[in-house]
Amino acid sequence: MPEETAVGCARPTGGPVGEESDNKSTDEKQTRKEVESMIKVGQKAPDFAAPGYQKGEFINIKLSNYLGKWVLLCFYPGDFTFV
Amino acid sequence: MSIDSMFTHKMWDDDELSKMVDGGVPFPMLSDAGGKVGTVYGVYDEDNGVEARGRFIIDPDGIVQGYEVLTPPVGRNINETFRQLQAFQLVRETKGGEATPSGWRSGKATLKPGIDLVGKVWKEWKVEQAFD
Repeated sequence: MPEETAVGCARPTGGPVGEESDNKSTDEKQTRKEVESMIKVGQKAPDFAAPGYQKGEFINIKLSNYLGKWVLLCFYPGDFTFV
Repeated sequence: MSIDSMFTHKMWDDDELSKMVDGGVPFPMLSDAGGKVGTVYGVYDEDNGVEARGRFIIDPDGIVQGYEVLTPPVGRNINETFRQLQAFQLVRETKGGEATPSGWRSGKATLKPGIDLVGKVWKEWKVEQAFD
């Protein structure tokens, strides 16, 4: 029987189908978490390049292209979601 | 920016957002598949594979002036974002000569930081102004 869960996203459970998840993956996850956020107010924002969509065109953007302008960078959970 | 592909962004804009905003979303909708950018900005939720509602104000020098991060179920207040943006723009235009006290909105009185203001903020600013 499928378990009823809140609306969410697909994610690996940490092990092969039908087997218990092994602890190694949790360890790996902890190590990966060490790559912490680099954000501090009053300091430079981390630069990035990202593909995107704007007004009928697929585009590529670099944050550094916007030097000289004010930027509002917004993250959100996903397209077609509510709120 | 979200973990969705630019193709999904296009469909969302074509099928839904253009019904809310004439001509569709005017600004770039960026794709962060894998959450790599979200990770450096501290908003990527690895367990769920999605990004929290993070909002960063970045000035013309590339400096982060402020940010706000909310978990998914609660939406933002755009007016508050604009208020902060206007405040940071004013501080920048006056080269730090003026500061915006609690409750400041565009057009309201600012403070002029300096030795004369030490211990005298109570004369210039009243508590009620924080709730205007």
